Amino acid sequence: MAERPPMVIAGGTVIDATGERPADVAVGPDGTIAAVGEGLAAGAGGGDRILDARGCIVAPGLVDLHAHLRQPGGEQAETVESGSRAAVLGGFCAVVAMPNTNPAIDSAALVREVQELGRAALCQVEVAGAITVDRAGERLAPMGEMAALGVRLFTDDGSGVQDTAVMRRALEYASDLGVRLAQHCEVDSLAAGGHMHEGEWSSRLGIPGIPAEAEEIMVMRDVALSRLTGAPVHFQHLSTAGSVAIVEAARRSGVAVTAEVAPHHFTLTDESCASYDARFKVNPPLRPADDVAAVRGALARGSLDAIATDHAPHTADAKDRPFEEAPPGMLGLETALALALTELDLAPAEVLGLLSWQPARLAGIDGTHGGPVAAGRPANLCVFDPSAVWTPDDGGGASRSRNTPYVGRRLRGRVRHTLVAGEALVVDGEAQR
Amino acid sequence: MSGWIAEPAGGGKRHLLSIGDLGGEGIREILRLADSFAEVNTRPIPKVPALRGRTVASLFFEDSTRTRLSFETAAKRLSADTVTFSAGSSSLSKGESLRDTAQTVTAMGVDCVVVRHRSAGVAVQLSRWLDAAVINAGDGRHEHPTQALLDCYTIRRRLSDIAGRHVAIVGDIAHSRVARSLVAALQLLDAGVTLVAPATLLPPAVEGWGVGVSSRIDDVLPRADVVYLLRLQRERQERALLPSLREFHERFGLSAERARSLADHAIVMHPGPMNRGVEIGSEVPEMACTTISEQVANGVSVRMAVLFWLLGAQPEVASTPAVEAAPATEQASAAEVAGG
Repeated sequence: MAERPPMVIAGGTVIDATGERPADVAVGPDGTIAAVGEGLAAGAGGGDRILDARGCIVAPGLVDLHAHLRQPGGEQAETVESGSRAAVLGGFCAVVAMPNTNPAIDSAALVREVQELGRAALCQVEVAGAITVDRAGERLAPMGEMAALGVRLFTDDGSGVQDTAVMRRALEYASDLGVRLAQHCEVDSLAAGGHMHEGEWSSRLGIPGIPAEAEEIMVMRDVALSRLTGAPVHFQHLSTAGSVAIVEAARRSGVAVTAEVAPHHFTLTDESCASYDARFKVNPPLRPADDVAAVRGALARGSLDAIATDHAPHTADAKDRPFEEAPPGMLGLETALALALTELDLAPAEVLGLLSWQPARLAGIDGTHGGPVAAGRPANLCVFDPSAVWTPDDGGGASRSRNTPYVGRRLRGRVRHTLVAGEALVVDGEAQR
Repeated sequence: MSGWIAEPAGGGKRHLLSIGDLGGEGIREILRLADSFAEVNTRPIPKVPALRGRTVASLFFEDSTRTRLSFETAAKRLSADTVTFSAGSSSLSKGESLRDTAQTVTAMGVDCVVVRHRSAGVAVQLSRWLDAAVINAGDGRHEHPTQALLDCYTIRRRLSDIAGRHVAIVGDIAHSRVARSLVAALQLLDAGVTLVAPATLLPPAVEGWGVGVSSRIDDVLPRADVVYLLRLQRERQERALLPSLREFHERFGLSAERARSLADHAIVMHPGPMNRGVEIGSEVPEMACTTISEQVANGVSVRMAVLFWLLGAQPEVASTPAVEAAPATEQASAAEVAGG
C-alpha cells in the first residue's frame, strides 16, 4: 500500500467502548492511529490532510455480521466490490459475506476465491462458510479447512439446518476450531409456501403466510442443542417477540447463545406488504407492530448482541415479479446506521456497540475492528453527523441493486467519512473509489 | 362515486382490483347496470355498440376457460374487440417478466386488461405499470371481484334483497379468492356471513374478518338464506389439511338430505367447477334450489356492466346513468354514449 500523508480527523467527538470525549484523531502513514487528543489539528504539518469532523461522532468503524455480496454467481445484483462500496458509504469497515452464493461457499477453494475478491474491496471482507455441503443440510462442509483459511463464522443462511442431528454434529465437530456457528432460524415444513408473515395482513391480502413459530421453534431447538453440546450458537436476523424472549431466557440460564437483528425488523411492519411491492418481501418476513416493539425493547435492554444488515441485493427485474414469485431480501448497508439512530431510543454509544464493537467480537475480528480509538490501533473509523437529515432515493446508492424499502423515508444520521486501515475511502459522503 | 374505482395519482386510469375499491354504493351501481345488460342478453341479437372500437385483452397466466369465456362474451356483446394472451401460447410462460409483459400490452394500445394470475396482487402491480384499465379476474388467494358481483347479482335476483340475509360459505375458505371477495361484498351490502369449515381450511386471523365461524354445518343450514359452496381442491388431503375427501363430504358436504333441511326460499350457490360427491352431493346441482347455471348466465351481464363502467364513456358521462332509470332507458343511454 502506498504511503499516504498524515491525516487529522478534526473537531469531532470520539465515542468508543471506553467512553466519549472531544478529540482530534491523527492517522499515520502506516494506516494506524498516531494520536488521539485535543488540538492535534492545530499542530498538524503543512502537508497533512485535515478531515472536518465538526458536529460529528468519530467511532470505530461499523462491522456487519450479515451481508449478501452475491459473488460468485449473482453479479448482476451485486459484486464484492460494489457491496463493499455500499458498506463504506454506510460507515462499515468490515462485512461478513454470506455463503449462499452460486455455487455456495462450502469449500476452501470457494473461500479463497471470495477472499481474493475481497482484497480489492473497499472494506475488509470476512468470508462466512457454509455449515453443510451446498447448504443442503445433509453432509458437513469442510469447516476445518475453511477455518484454516481464516473463516470464523459458519452458516447455511438462506435456510436453516433442518435436521436436528446434523446441527448437533456440526456444533460438536466445530467446537475445537475456534469458530462460531450461526443459524437462519426457519423450520421449512412450517414456512413452506409462505411469502410474508402469517397473520391479519396475510389473511386480508391473500398472500400465503409464514407463522412466527417457524422461526421460534428452531430458536428453541438450537438453544437446546447449545446446551447439549456446550457450543455457542449465534442466531441470525431474529424477528419475533417469541424469539427474543427465548433468547433472553436462555441467556439468563447460562446458555451460550448470541443474537442479531436486522434494521427492517425494528422499522417496518407486515402492513407494508399491502402494496404488493416485492421490495417489502424479506425473509424472515416483516412482522406486526407487537414484534417490532419486542425487538426494540430487547435492543433497549441490551439483551441482543448486534444489529446486522442482512443486505440482500436483487435486480429490479427480480423484484418486479409477482409478490409470491419474487426473491426475498432488501438492501441494508447504506441505511442501517441512520435507521438505528432515527428509530431506536438509544444513545449513540449504545447504537455503536450494536453496530461496531459487539459484532466485531462475534466475527472474531476485534483485534483490528471495533476496538478503542487509541494510538497504535488500525485506523478503521466511521465519522458521522448524528443530526444530519436525509432521504434515501432509489436512484442513488453504490449497490448494483435498488431494492431499498426506505425510499422517501426521512432518516437522521449520515456518514461523512469512512477510513479503512487509514485510507479515507469516504470523504464528505462521497466514495473515493 | 370516486371511491369505488382505484384511481392512482397522475392519471385517469380506472381499475377493478378488489371489492373494497368499490364500496357498497359502487356495488349497487354495477348491479343496477347489470340489470340493463341482462335485458340486452334476452334480445334475439344480444349485442350493443357500447364499446365499439375498444380493445379488451384477456391476460390469463393461469388457465380458466370459464372466466375467460365469460369476459370475452361480455366484451363481444358490447362490440369491443378482444384479444387473448394465454400462458400456453405466448411469452408468458417463457420467463418474460410481468413488467415486460405489461409494457408489451401497453404498446399494443389495449384499453382494458382482464388479468388472472396464481399470485396475489398481480392485478395491483399491473395497474401501476399499465396504461390501461385493469380488471382483476382472480389473483392467487386474494380476490375475484367479478365473481362476487355476479354472486350478489344472483342473490338479489332470487331473493330480491341482500341486506339482512344470512349467507353460509362452506368449504375451503383459506385458499379461496372467491370467498375473500364475496365476504367483502356481502358485508358492504349488510348481509350476515357464517364461514363453515374445519380449522385447517379457515384463513389465518379469521377473527379479524368480522364474520361468524362454525364447524357444524347442520347447525348453520336451517338459518341460512344462501348456502355458498366452494370448490375443494383434491390435493388438500395430501397436505394434511384433511384426512380424506370422503370425511370432508361427511362433515361439510351439502348432501341431498342436508339440502332438504334448508328453508324453502333458501338457495344453493357454487362458483364452479363442481366436485360432485365432495362439497356438493351428486343430486344437489339438479335441485330447484341451486343457482349454478344462473350464476354463469348472470356472469356475462355483470361483466358487461363492469366493462361498460370502466370503458363506456368519459368519467363524467359514465357516472350519469340515473339511479332510478328503467333498464331500457339506461341501456339506450349506454348505447348512445358509445355509438354517438
